[in-house]
Amino acid sequence: MTREQLRPDDHPNEHFLLTTVVGSYPKPKWLNRADELHEDHDHDFGDEQLREAHDDAARLITHEHERAGVDAVVDGEMRRNEMVEFFAERIDGYEFNGPVKVWGHNYFDKPSVSSEVEYDEPWLVDEFEFTASVANRPVKVPITGPYTLANWSFNEAYEDEETLAYDLADLVNEEIERLVAAGARYIQIDEPALATTPDDYAVVGECLERIADDIPEEVRIGLHVCYGDYSRVYPEINEFPIDEFDVELCNGEYEQLDVFADGEFGPDLALGVVDAHTAEIEPVAEIKENIKKGFEIVPPEQLTVSPDCGLKLLPREIAYGKMENMVQAARKIEAELDAGEVDVGFAGTAAPADD
Amino acid sequence: MTELVATTPGIFPLPDWAKDELSDLKGHQKSDLVSGDEGEAITAAYDEVRAELIETQQDAGLDRIVEGQGRWDDNLAHPLAVHDNVETRGIVRYYDNNNFYRDPVVTGPLTESGDVAGELDATAAQTDGLQAVLPGPYTLAELATDEQYGDEAAFLDAIAEFLAGEAAAFPDHETLFLLEPSLVTDAPGDGRDAQASEAIDTVAAAVDSEVVVHPFYGAVDEKVYAHLMDADVDAIGFDLVSDHDANVYNAQEYGTKSGVALGVVDGQNTLVEDPATVRERFDWFDEQIPAEAFETAYLTSNTELFYLPVNKAVAKMETLATAADLEEVEA
Repeated sequence: MTREQLRPDDHPNEHFLLTTVVGSYPKPKWLNRADELHEDHDHDFGDEQLREAHDDAARLITHEHERAGVDAVVDGEMRRNEMVEFFAERIDGYEFNGPVKVWGHNYFDKPSVSSEVEYDEPWLVDEFEFTASVANRPVKVPITGPYTLANWSFNEAYEDEETLAYDLADLVNEEIERLVAAGARYIQIDEPALATTPDDYAVVGECLERIADDIPEEVRIGLHVCYGDYSRVYPEINEFPIDEFDVELCNGEYEQLDVFADGEFGPDLALGVVDAHTAEIEPVAEIKENIKKGFEIVPPEQLTVSPDCGLKLLPREIAYGKMENMVQAARKIEAELDAGEVDVGFAGTAAPADD
Repeated sequence: MTELVATTPGIFPLPDWAKDELSDLKGHQKSDLVSGDEGEAITAAYDEVRAELIETQQDAGLDRIVEGQGRWDDNLAHPLAVHDNVETRGIVRYYDNNNFYRDPVVTGPLTESGDVAGELDATAAQTDGLQAVLPGPYTLAELATDEQYGDEAAFLDAIAEFLAGEAAAFPDHETLFLLEPSLVTDAPGDGRDAQASEAIDTVAAAVDSEVVVHPFYGAVDEKVYAHLMDADVDAIGFDLVSDHDANVYNAQEYGTKSGVALGVVDGQNTLVEDPATVRERFDWFDEQIPAEAFETAYLTSNTELFYLPVNKAVAKMETLATAADLEEVEA
């Protein structure tokens, strides 16, 4: 999907900075209660009731994104428990043995790959179809990437993690084909594990080649990475078969901006302009300055605006306030661009000559 | 003939009931983790954890029994994290794992605390075959931040003296494991390699038990190994899971002690090894080393076991115990 296809019909400005979110969003408290009731066999709260609760929450949060003015929306991942567990439960070859410690008393149901992974049931097609049916804006689908699915699991069955990641990439490719058949045009691959093992960028690159294989040109594929040392993955990511690179930089106060500002940044840049881990809503003026940082890397035609990362750990009203201010800031910058009032610092060949 | 001793480097996963109960009692934030002066309810829960972990090891048939270190929220940094003159600050990554611990910043003199001795006193009352576990001095220094001693060498000496003081207060025990993963991951350079070995001597001299220094996450550099051979310990550990070739090379080139500890099951993967395979790994190592038979060979997981879910950690203990008891295979 081109950026122009994502432009709303009633978009107020000539310039268009695509606004979106990374994916996860705080769940309404009643949904957590519904999940608990469903797990507790003493209550008569079955699969049908839970599905209805998930539908209600997905509708609510999709509309909450639209009310904030976000151009490409998601359902806030209301049906997903955790970014690896959710997929591992749906892939043949995975099993669960119990929680393991991450730090202190924070645990994660780290799954084991005990036999060759195979595609079983669709992962996200129902979720996408429902969200698309209630949304009035284009829908983005976030999927945990194969490298992260491999790296955050125990590997019992494969010679090495790389081979497992490639097999998982083939499954992600199959899922995307089904999503595309269902009408999805904007897919985001989440690879947070790349940040902890940046030397594996070539493995992630090969995974993306497999993921993008035979996916039609008009499908927009993004890659989200967060909390890493980007000097170790750039400029290599320019070779990745992606349309958009989504990165968190706000949290680090844009210290790593220079890493990307060589004037040769290839894909579109989806820039984090609000922090996902501070509970204060950034004022519009501050977010505007953050957006302008993006122009040091890409021209306005290549800039997407989003939060640093998923917002699910924030109080819901803070998450909403951040999205609302983010969209307002983007619309103001667009108007200022239209009026020629913004100095675009981009140094690449596509920048207008000002001599 | 070599005595095969089934053991582990400790730091077990908490039983699942204790994960829930202790997170309810303590909370999920970094300020909620153990401080060394826990109240009655938390202490009672950890007493119950300790009793269960001891029983689990006895049932599995291990020859050495550790406390299990359910309280070690900060993994190998624990002995500092609970010290009065140490502040715990940000959450930092624990080696190359998806695990984190609180950065212990030493802000005052490292006086004796008796924290680990207290755990071992309680353990000694419940079992024979006690094994104590401590971080090695180099590893603990590398995991911590110094704002007290001023330079690297003075800090390492201070950590070694501190650990020696802790160890001197231990009850009678059979074996002391000093875990030294940082010797592999952050190899000490010239001068510091010799000092790391002397620091181990300082701790080893404080106890009468058999002392095993156990590096893991790979093999130590040749030069580090040569210095390690100067340390007055009874056995050096080799992580055969992560890198068997480099480890056996060190032992072949520089010799090894009369005892040996072999990391023969993987503490970071749920795949449970077959006892016969584990025994073959020992035999393979034994055959490569031309010296006379080892007096003692500790068969252990390469790493701590907290990376695993409980059922798999227990299965690994059973594998080690069974492997050590297998009849010797005639060549």
